[in-house]
Amino acid sequence: MVLVDTILSLAAQNLLSPIILFFALGLAAALVRSDLSVPEAAAKTLSIYLLFAIGFKGGVSVSDHGVDATLVLSLIVGLILSFLLPFAAFGLLRVMTRLDALDAAAVAGHYGSISIVTFAAATSVLQSQGIASEGYLVAVAAVMEAPAILSALWLAARFSTQAANEGRAQDSKGLFREILFNGSIVLLVGSFVIGFLSGPQGLSEIESFIVAPFKGVLCLFLLDMGLVAGRGLRSSAHYLRPGLILFGIVMPIIGSFAGLVAASMIGLSTGGTVLLMTLSASASYIAVPAAMRVALPEANPSIYLTMSLGITFPFNLTIGIPLYLSLAQVI
Amino acid sequence: MEMKDAKRVEITIEAPMETRLTDALDGAGVTGYTILPVMGGSGRSGRWSREGQVSRAGGMIQIICIIRPDRLDALLEAAFGVVERHIGVVTVTDCSVLRAERF
Repeated sequence: MVLVDTILSLAAQNLLSPIILFFALGLAAALVRSDLSVPEAAAKTLSIYLLFAIGFKGGVSVSDHGVDATLVLSLIVGLILSFLLPFAAFGLLRVMTRLDALDAAAVAGHYGSISIVTFAAATSVLQSQGIASEGYLVAVAAVMEAPAILSALWLAARFSTQAANEGRAQDSKGLFREILFNGSIVLLVGSFVIGFLSGPQGLSEIESFIVAPFKGVLCLFLLDMGLVAGRGLRSSAHYLRPGLILFGIVMPIIGSFAGLVAASMIGLSTGGTVLLMTLSASASYIAVPAAMRVALPEANPSIYLTMSLGITFPFNLTIGIPLYLSLAQVI
Repeated sequence: MEMKDAKRVEITIEAPMETRLTDALDGAGVTGYTILPVMGGSGRSGRWSREGQVSRAGGMIQIICIIRPDRLDALLEAAFGVVERHIGVVTVTDCSVLRAERF
């Protein structure tokens, strides 16, 4: 009962935070067909700023606290989680929905990878609660971006029809280089390394640029995400059968439990546990959709983008993060 | 002014496929083309837009290529290998060009 009260109280607090309210504004604006929009170049600039700030601050934190065995273990655990979660997602989709194997594999890939904005929102909640976390979780986020794509491709090759597999090898050529060196990963890891090398001294030099404005920029980015999610929901709502909606809520909870177990095994702090749970619970909406368009073009993008952005992202943002925080505090 | 016949090939394809398509065109010796951003649209797979960063995966681009008629088949063969399985449109229209030596 106490746990439920804690979750509800945290969720209520969370719902009134500017980042959630801006997401809601974007969502509502898109649903009422407002002409409000964030131009592509502006949205890209916001995204670059967020990756740069998150990576840099993570690197500074590691530089400040030092490197230990838990860092290496966290990276390995992140890698394993990203590889394995799509298998759980695929099994669940086949049981809960009528998606064919190809669409199920494509959706499953999204749920093994991560959403860096959900991670940023969780970091922001931890900060507002005064809970510290391991800075190197940023590196774990980068590690978790890509392995799920390999799992999704394997699932598609193993379970979808031969006809759909033809030509896939040709399209997948060069895909892994693109995934490993995609702009988001390069910027996140690069900023992390620069933050690590320059340390607290480096942070003090650019603090006014990357610390104080961070939440404001995150609000604008979430406004854009709300708009995209709303447009997706408006145009693709007919794909969202009850089984799919339920999956979009159940899967992050399963992922968060996997993250919780892994975090307990390697001894992460409460804050670190919440972040690993959030990473395991989140679904990708940039790196994986792009990879799926290249490697699995027959899979329907309206399904996986709407699931990831329209169902799981808002769930994590509003209920998921307070739930993961409460569970981590109790356990 | 002297005009020469040429073919205008317009390929609208998913943004993540841009490099693969231009690599295929380069490989076929087609080195002259223009890449345009596309605002948005609607097709068999639903509506799409280039607004917002997260839409990049669902966004489209257009590649326009003006070539001599005798080189059309080589271009289409190279492009087909990339666009065959993907969302998009390929159109070929007749056009006339000035300064034919440039094509």
